[in-house]
Amino acid sequence: MEILEPIIVLTLFASVCGALLGFAAIKFKTEGNPIVDQINGLLPQTQCGQCGHPGCKPYAEAISKGEAINRCPPGGEAGIKALAELLELEILELDESCGEETRPRVAYIREEECIGCTKCIQACPVDAIVGAAKLMHTVILSECTGCDLCIPPCPVDCIDMPFVETTSDNWRWAHPNKAAPSNKKNDSLIDVKLVS
Amino acid sequence: MSEILLLLVSTVLVNNFVLAKFLGLCPFMGVSSRVETATGMAIATTFVLTMASLASYLIKFFILEPFGLEYLQVLSFILAIAVVVQFTEMVIQKTSPMLYRLLGIFLPLITTNCAVLGVALLNVNKEHNFIQSIIFGFGAALGFSLVLILFAAIRERIAVADVPAPFQGAAISLITAGLMSLAFMGFAGLVKI
Repeated sequence: MEILEPIIVLTLFASVCGALLGFAAIKFKTEGNPIVDQINGLLPQTQCGQCGHPGCKPYAEAISKGEAINRCPPGGEAGIKALAELLELEILELDESCGEETRPRVAYIREEECIGCTKCIQACPVDAIVGAAKLMHTVILSECTGCDLCIPPCPVDCIDMPFVETTSDNWRWAHPNKAAPSNKKNDSLIDVKLVS
Repeated sequence: MSEILLLLVSTVLVNNFVLAKFLGLCPFMGVSSRVETATGMAIATTFVLTMASLASYLIKFFILEPFGLEYLQVLSFILAIAVVVQFTEMVIQKTSPMLYRLLGIFLPLITTNCAVLGVALLNVNKEHNFIQSIIFGFGAALGFSLVLILFAAIRERIAVADVPAPFQGAAISLITAGLMSLAFMGFAGLVKI
């Protein structure tokens, strides 16, 4: 029966510790900044880095801290308008130093020219390029955000950035909750040859 | 007062945890490649070591001794240390996100720093009272921080030095640590407790 006492004492002690941690987890719960998530939802998620931040989320954090809302070329005018509405700011012209607004594009690798150097794979922010060393690479079109980041590293310049043409096949209404639809939303119908 | 000061100097310099007792060698080698990370680790360890020292004294005094469970001290101290670290992490995350980002991964890693358990057990061994326990923990942490930051600064210089091929990497770091330990032996006899 002597063994019972230490078991009870330690169980109680451990329970108190557990309760303390559980209480602390609720009491000191940190909520992520909700406005950052809302801003992030309006950004086009190209992860292109043209705004000077490593991705869309860091730019959203910077906006919440007061950075200008006109530094996102892929979002374009519509994106700036949506951000201005959300944050109740004035609508600004797109900052030309970050880049120009273009129509949605996707990367397309001319596969016969690809030497399999893997450099574009490392550059891709969304892991949309598949391939291995000395083997041909290709782009997963449904993942590609058209950010251009894979073009500079390519040593043989075999990557094209064709525009995603809006045809009667892939046109659709703009998403009601999203003023700046990214090409991610209608990409399944892009008229570019898919390589299986 | 002078007794407290003596205890502090003794734990920081003479019986330095890293270089004289060889406790906490893992973070000493692991996070000393840059002064910034070493400083982060030093701050986090100082905090946790002092808190753990306090907590383990309270546990010993209020739980283990009344029930005669001293033989379970290792188990209960480890539990207490883990709780203290987790609790500290949550509180810091809530109250000071800046400090939380600075400490980062080092905070949870301290749970496995053997110096923390070492302080708790040595407190029991040396029969320290409440104040002495806190001072001992704080002194141990100060000594750890001092040595860690000094070592990180040395390693930053070694990184750009022309090290002979057989000594490169971990070898030269271990030799440096050994030389530092020899240097700290010079403090022996400074304080006698």
